[in-house]
Amino acid sequence: MISSSKIAKLANLPIKSTEEGTFTKQLESILDIVSKLQKVATANIVPTAQVTGQVNVFRDDEIDVARMFSQEQALSNAKQQKNGFFVVPAIFE
Amino acid sequence: MLLDKTISQLLKGYREKEFTPKDVVSEIFENIEKNEEKINSFVTLLDKKEILEKFKDIDLSLPLAGIPYVLKDCYVTKGIKTTASSKILEDFIPPYNATVYEKLISAGAILIGKTNMDAWGHGGSTENTDFGVTHNPWDLTRVPGGSAGGCGVAIAARFCTFAIGEDTGGSIRNPAAWNNVTGLKVTYGRVSRYGAIAYASSFDTVGPMAKTIDECAYVLQIIAGKDILDATSSNEPVPNYLEPKTAKKFTLGIPKEFFGNGLDKEVKASLDAAVTKFQELGVETKEISMPLLEYAIPVYYIIAPSETSSNLGRYDGIRFGSGRENFTNETKRRIMIGTYSLSAGYYDAYYKKAEQLRTLFIEEYRKALLTCDAILMPISPTPPTKIGELINDPVQNLLADIFTTSQPPAGVPCLAIPCGFTKNKLPIGMQLVGNMFSENILFELGNIYQNATSWHLEKPKL
Repeated sequence: MISSSKIAKLANLPIKSTEEGTFTKQLESILDIVSKLQKVATANIVPTAQVTGQVNVFRDDEIDVARMFSQEQALSNAKQQKNGFFVVPAIFE
Repeated sequence: MLLDKTISQLLKGYREKEFTPKDVVSEIFENIEKNEEKINSFVTLLDKKEILEKFKDIDLSLPLAGIPYVLKDCYVTKGIKTTASSKILEDFIPPYNATVYEKLISAGAILIGKTNMDAWGHGGSTENTDFGVTHNPWDLTRVPGGSAGGCGVAIAARFCTFAIGEDTGGSIRNPAAWNNVTGLKVTYGRVSRYGAIAYASSFDTVGPMAKTIDECAYVLQIIAGKDILDATSSNEPVPNYLEPKTAKKFTLGIPKEFFGNGLDKEVKASLDAAVTKFQELGVETKEISMPLLEYAIPVYYIIAPSETSSNLGRYDGIRFGSGRENFTNETKRRIMIGTYSLSAGYYDAYYKKAEQLRTLFIEEYRKALLTCDAILMPISPTPPTKIGELINDPVQNLLADIFTTSQPPAGVPCLAIPCGFTKNKLPIGMQLVGNMFSENILFELGNIYQNATSWHLEKPKL
């Protein structure tokens, strides 16, 4: 059973209470379809997360100045900024 | 029309001084002026004067010198608005360039604009967009497919010669089929994803669309390769895609499960005719069975939403963009399915199970491709749908992706090629699927068909 209001809260998605019913029904229909994969036997099958065959692709811990943003660039798309900082919602009262 | 020419024909014309990039750009803007309003392919159209000024002294020895193209609006372009067709990014101006864009700049190509898509890649019809539906130029009451719908129509309507789309679950192949153009979903990791707005990071691919296979191969030659900025990009060397291999006897696998029920009659007729055509052209065909592919939709629609629920977490309106209430309902659904699949108590039954099936899919393709060089499949079960049909039915919308969602989990490449029309002149496409890094085989096999047919030369009456 899926509760769209619970999931929306987990996903930080604002949905109106008037929409909850419709979302729940739609999500249930979709889950109905995707749940079909339960039919396939997968005991002892190792899950695949990615197909590159590569592991631990690192770069040197060095700063490439050419790729740095200036503070101004970094802030350029923020809706709210103050004194060169991003304004964020308060976490503490 | 100059825009009916291929990239190599245009380059030849420039070098022999038959016509200039200015002539080509001017023709494009004439076409746009005449038809863009009824099609709505662009989110951002660049300024004609600025383009002409910028490219007036173009070095004609560059590999794509003066060749006009469009980018699906999911690639960040410094100083040029990039929206992923979402209201959330409607005023986002990226401070950096996607690698694919950098490569095309270096090659001398001319960006005409950023095209409309299903927001974040979430859709197969370019209806899940906050910038208005894009209309199919073959029938303006129908959708162009998606999510790279704007790319497909821009090529068909002669607004550009090629496009860079992005394919995660069919987003290049579906609009290629529904606009009568050619498109390539590359092997995962073949082309850098740096600067591509992420949908499902382990599925997303960056790829070319154009009128012909040769043009896709030419563009791929330029954009493929290792990028240190993309940790998932492949070390596999880039072969010469432009040299045909020695004419070998190819075998094409035909998976019986995908040629039965569920295919529109006219689509099936076109695909069957294509099989016959391949046989006439000396290609061996054999029936194969891939029963696991029936689970493509569940596997894709658990993993992709899970990955997107994580990727879209960054859109919190703080560093960029507006608030999360601005996601469309379709996007909200995908985020919620993903969140649910990853949540405590459901992770094993959904996400982990899907990843186990992913392992089985990889094996299913590997086994099938031991017996044939490539697999022929439909792209879409139906011809282009009417506007409103898919977007208003979440379940139908999902099921329409059956043929294009098994390959991304396996990372295998697919070449989408035009193969006919319905009696109402709606385009039909087919795809060739091969092993990872077999793009050169797909090009050669595809060209056997494309060089002997002329579907791909047709364009819509506008």
